[in-house]
Amino acid sequence: MNDVAYLRIDLVQLALAGSLVLVNVGLSWALRLGLGRSLVIASVRMSSQLLLVGLVLDWVFGLNDPLPVLAVAMVMATLAAVSAVHRTRRRFAGVYWDAFVSVVGAAFLVTGVAVVGIVRVEPWFEAQYTIPLLGMVLGNVLNGISLALDRFTEGVVARRELIETYLSLGATRWEAAHELVRDALRVGMIPTINSMMVMGIVSLPGMMTGQILAGAAPADAVRYQIVIAFMIAAAAALGSSGVTLLAFRRLFDTRHRLRSDRLRAVPRR
Amino acid sequence: MTPPLLTATGLGRFVADRWLWRDLELALAPGETLAITGGSGSGKTLLLRVLAGLDPVDAGEVALDGVPLDGWPMPSYRAQVRYLPQKPVTIEGTVEDGLRFAFGLRVHRGAAFKRERALDLLARVGRDERFLGARAASLSGGEGQLVALVRTLLLPPRVLLLDEPTASLDDATARDVESLVTDWLAGADDRAVIWTSHRDEQLSRVSRRRLELGGAP
Repeated sequence: MNDVAYLRIDLVQLALAGSLVLVNVGLSWALRLGLGRSLVIASVRMSSQLLLVGLVLDWVFGLNDPLPVLAVAMVMATLAAVSAVHRTRRRFAGVYWDAFVSVVGAAFLVTGVAVVGIVRVEPWFEAQYTIPLLGMVLGNVLNGISLALDRFTEGVVARRELIETYLSLGATRWEAAHELVRDALRVGMIPTINSMMVMGIVSLPGMMTGQILAGAAPADAVRYQIVIAFMIAAAAALGSSGVTLLAFRRLFDTRHRLRSDRLRAVPRR
Repeated sequence: MTPPLLTATGLGRFVADRWLWRDLELALAPGETLAITGGSGSGKTLLLRVLAGLDPVDAGEVALDGVPLDGWPMPSYRAQVRYLPQKPVTIEGTVEDGLRFAFGLRVHRGAAFKRERALDLLARVGRDERFLGARAASLSGGEGQLVALVRTLLLPPRVLLLDEPTASLDDATARDVESLVTDWLAGADDRAVIWTSHRDEQLSRVSRRRLELGGAP
């Protein structure tokens, strides 16, 4: 990595960038927003997490072995599942597991297909491709899953009487819930559709920008972005459907009863 | 003696570290109307929900025609044992939409919505054709109860579980509802009703047998 096509950033330059947080701190102080403490914690967390990840990835990239790559992927997926659940306001027993299964199922499947079948990375575990692509997909799956899960569980509570009216009239659990499932899937998939609509016009996507900064030709960077956009759309759809159907099975039992007693509300932070 | 339609044996429900009711025995004969009484919080609604298979029990068993609830496919059980909640939900759209939607359920395939029949039933509770076109959202609580009752009678069950069916109705309409249900009951010999009400005189009119909840330790 000696003849890199980009300008490297040294520690002094990092510190300079860090001083930009003074803008936020100053505003918070002047307007008495009370955000100073959170800002400092967030800045320190962000910087140390990223520096640490940089070290870990440097190490993994150097090993050239599938196991550490898979291990990093599993850790990333677990964190994505936990964050997805933490963004929802109502939980049920097994929700972490359901989110994990959906995240892994959707993100690994789509990333695997893309790495092996579309980008055709050799060998498949080449961390330079696998990890960033998986990371991009995970971030969006996380978003889709948390939105779908939140909408579904909120819907179960808000429309409990309507659902039970259906059930009392002899509806199957699926007949009683399918409107709710559809709503949850729509909400889970809409952000990816919306972002595809304006991609390149209103927003220059992060990955493409990164590649251009690293010296890639814009025309090549754009192609990567198109691939990742489709990967994200597919994975978000799979993840949202997965988690919604798993939540459906938890909250509607096989005796066609709505089990809203299995839901508990989490106080808002 | 004819076998009972609906039975409950040794039924118990545990709520917040105490038994709400337990060892509850119930046998509902065809043609019978059973009144369930008890103070607020004695679990009348919960009992009706359990009988409709909407809530689990912690002890005992419910059976229809001698077949335990677990032996029935739930949709077909609930098509026969129908629970009407005290606060009915309004279905989006007109009253007619609210009456029609249940015909789309798989368990009722083969049944068709008959407007004439709906109008007959509505006429019994003092509502005419204009009521069918009314927006469901504009209905009062009592009118919502009427819609729910008519909807259920259009797809007739065998056992009707009525939870305060006239709670939001004036006396005259409440009487109409009583006679509508009584006539429905007489319409076939394998029907029965369980009724809860705060109106004691109503329970005396519609039923000869009572089950008192609560009071047990």
